[in-house]
Amino acid sequence: MITGHLLSAADLTKESALSLLSTAKELAQITDGPNKKLPTLRGKTVVNLFFEDSTRTRISFETAAKRLSADVINFSAKGSSVSKGESLKDTAQTLQAMGADAVVIRHGSSGAAKRLADTQWIQAAVINAGDGTHEHPTQALLDAFTIKQHLRSTEKDLSGVKVLIVGDILHSRVARSNVLLLTKLGAQVTLVAPPTLLPVGVSDWPVRISYDLDEEISKCDVVMMLRIQLERMNDSFFPSSQEYSKRFGLNSVRLAKLSKNAIVMHPGPMNRGLEISAESADDLKSVIIDQVKNGVAIRMAVLYELLGGAPIGESK
Amino acid sequence: MKISNAKLANGNLVNIEITNGLISKVDNAIAGAVSDGIDAKSKLLIPGLVDLHTHLREPGREDAETVLTGSRSAVAGGYTAVSAMANTNPVADNAGVVEQIYRLGKSAGLVDVNPIGAVTKGLLGEQLAEMGAMADSIARVRIFSDDGKCVFDPLIMRRALEYVKTFNGIIAQHAQEPRLTVNAQMNEGIISARIGLPGWPAIAEEAIIARDILLAEHVQSRLHICHVTTAGGVELIRWAKQRGIQVTAEVTPHHLLLTDELVENYDPIYKVNPPLRTQKDVQALREGLAEGVIDIVATDHAPHPSEDKDCEFQAGAFGMVGLETAFSVVVKTMIETKFMNWSDLIDRMSIAPARIAGYTNHGNQIAVGSSANLILVDVDRNWHVDRDKLKSKSKNTPFNGMELPSVITDVFHNGEHVLQNSQIVEKKSNSNE
Repeated sequence: MITGHLLSAADLTKESALSLLSTAKELAQITDGPNKKLPTLRGKTVVNLFFEDSTRTRISFETAAKRLSADVINFSAKGSSVSKGESLKDTAQTLQAMGADAVVIRHGSSGAAKRLADTQWIQAAVINAGDGTHEHPTQALLDAFTIKQHLRSTEKDLSGVKVLIVGDILHSRVARSNVLLLTKLGAQVTLVAPPTLLPVGVSDWPVRISYDLDEEISKCDVVMMLRIQLERMNDSFFPSSQEYSKRFGLNSVRLAKLSKNAIVMHPGPMNRGLEISAESADDLKSVIIDQVKNGVAIRMAVLYELLGGAPIGESK
Repeated sequence: MKISNAKLANGNLVNIEITNGLISKVDNAIAGAVSDGIDAKSKLLIPGLVDLHTHLREPGREDAETVLTGSRSAVAGGYTAVSAMANTNPVADNAGVVEQIYRLGKSAGLVDVNPIGAVTKGLLGEQLAEMGAMADSIARVRIFSDDGKCVFDPLIMRRALEYVKTFNGIIAQHAQEPRLTVNAQMNEGIISARIGLPGWPAIAEEAIIARDILLAEHVQSRLHICHVTTAGGVELIRWAKQRGIQVTAEVTPHHLLLTDELVENYDPIYKVNPPLRTQKDVQALREGLAEGVIDIVATDHAPHPSEDKDCEFQAGAFGMVGLETAFSVVVKTMIETKFMNWSDLIDRMSIAPARIAGYTNHGNQIAVGSSANLILVDVDRNWHVDRDKLKSKSKNTPFNGMELPSVITDVFHNGEHVLQNSQIVEKKSNSNE
């Protein structure tokens, strides 16, 4: 059970993370039935406060909240206080006045969700749906859920699962949250990236580092490809998209080197042909669509636990 | 005016008299009843503090600070002279603006306000500002700085260093390689990697320090390095001094005490440029200051209104106020830790900065004939920092809630009693403030 806010994967203990995963599993089973909707959060208001465009994450949270019968308000506040629009504080106070019970926030500044939770601007439960280049904890939870579903469905945790996370680690909130959560659940994580896309302080992380995807690809159970933002190319993080793709992309040759039961993941949206080839994305090993599906279940579980819904059995 | 039973840094108890702004008499005291004047009750009597790095924000950002409110803050912190940084709006890059700031300081009448002139027009780093005109103005500017921005172009920096030799000026460099610090928010290291904020690497500071000490050697001019924050920077300056290069350097109180771990909660109160570094850097800075490799403490007092700090970290402004806490933080970090004694502190906060800047009325020995720029400090008392009680117009102190040693009780500015029992002695002309 989690309480308060969900700001970082570091906030989760191994036990609370595993319990979220099992709550999500139960909720998924219920909503797989003919009647997808549960009455548990009736009367609660969930605000999706998105300072950055992210249609996928927003509709995932929106679907999750609606399946739990919460009222959903989508607040798109593009142009944060960094660009001198309305300040985060004023926005938060507005939502407080409207009686939001939970705020799902996506923001371009690292730490924005934590600021919302730490200040007195708003009393609602805060769920970090991606803050700058910091974290995206529900993505890590849905990734853990998906890995468990495919590779450890009968085991307690993710012990011994070898995970490769490949790509722009430096700017990736998905990578930070996954490193924290997956290692906590017993997985062994290796980051594969050009040195330009690894943070200088990465030595402190509980991971292995490699610059050679070909060396690593055959040894893993999970390969998680991260999206490469095209603007990185102009900042000389790598010489060209072709060179990046050649050295760090998942193509058919590398796909063939994966072990028999290995799975391919991507948080989306994909750049097909850059970090992942179309055939890799569509291969039987790819669980990318499962990730999207599981995202709804995980977000239901998070909203459910934070907003204190009635026990699942009763609502059924 | 008489001050009795004041303790000097060497432990001697003295009675002094002040006449026409000068110390007219210094006698050994025999502790006892005092019939007239001020009984210092064995408080420490030292020369007034001198700050070479103060953002007073006027003209342009009077919502954050004015020359008057900044002067009040300075007095409360034990300063008798401050140096107003040039990054105002309009920029202090011409004689008109520096004279305006100088006059505002005179009219506030609490401390000497000495304007610093910009090195380049508009702080743009492209063309030299009219430094000669500023030097010849009534403000008699000798320190030039684009602080807030680095004089990045090596040729402009070379020319500036050469040019100020005409009037024995000094270039105070904000050492920050701009390309290595694009969008930088905090020290680059373990913490920035974890919390996902763009890093400001130590090397971006050290690369400019290294370049500029070599330039200063080549053109035989005076260079001052603002707010050194890294162990590597201290190392480079030590090397330069051993070679006889005319370089001086400053460290801020906040960099002597705080580290980048404080940024983990994303509170912009800890956002400052250059950023808070690591414990290893703090240690090196303390050693450097004790050794004299770093010559002085400077506040980098940088007031910001609350809305510039009450926001997400990346939207927050860089800077902290520091005038009122500087002395106490230095006592805490340098005296209580036995890195320095009181004489060292007086040197680093008064004598050396006055010497570097050429403020001849400040940082003098307590002797007959010296200007009476003096302060009394109760070194046996602690105080509790309450940001709402600061005299500065802005409240962005990172020390709020801390218990700090040593209370500044009295300040004498050119013989005038401007702070009494830690209260500013109000003047009629300022009473509407």
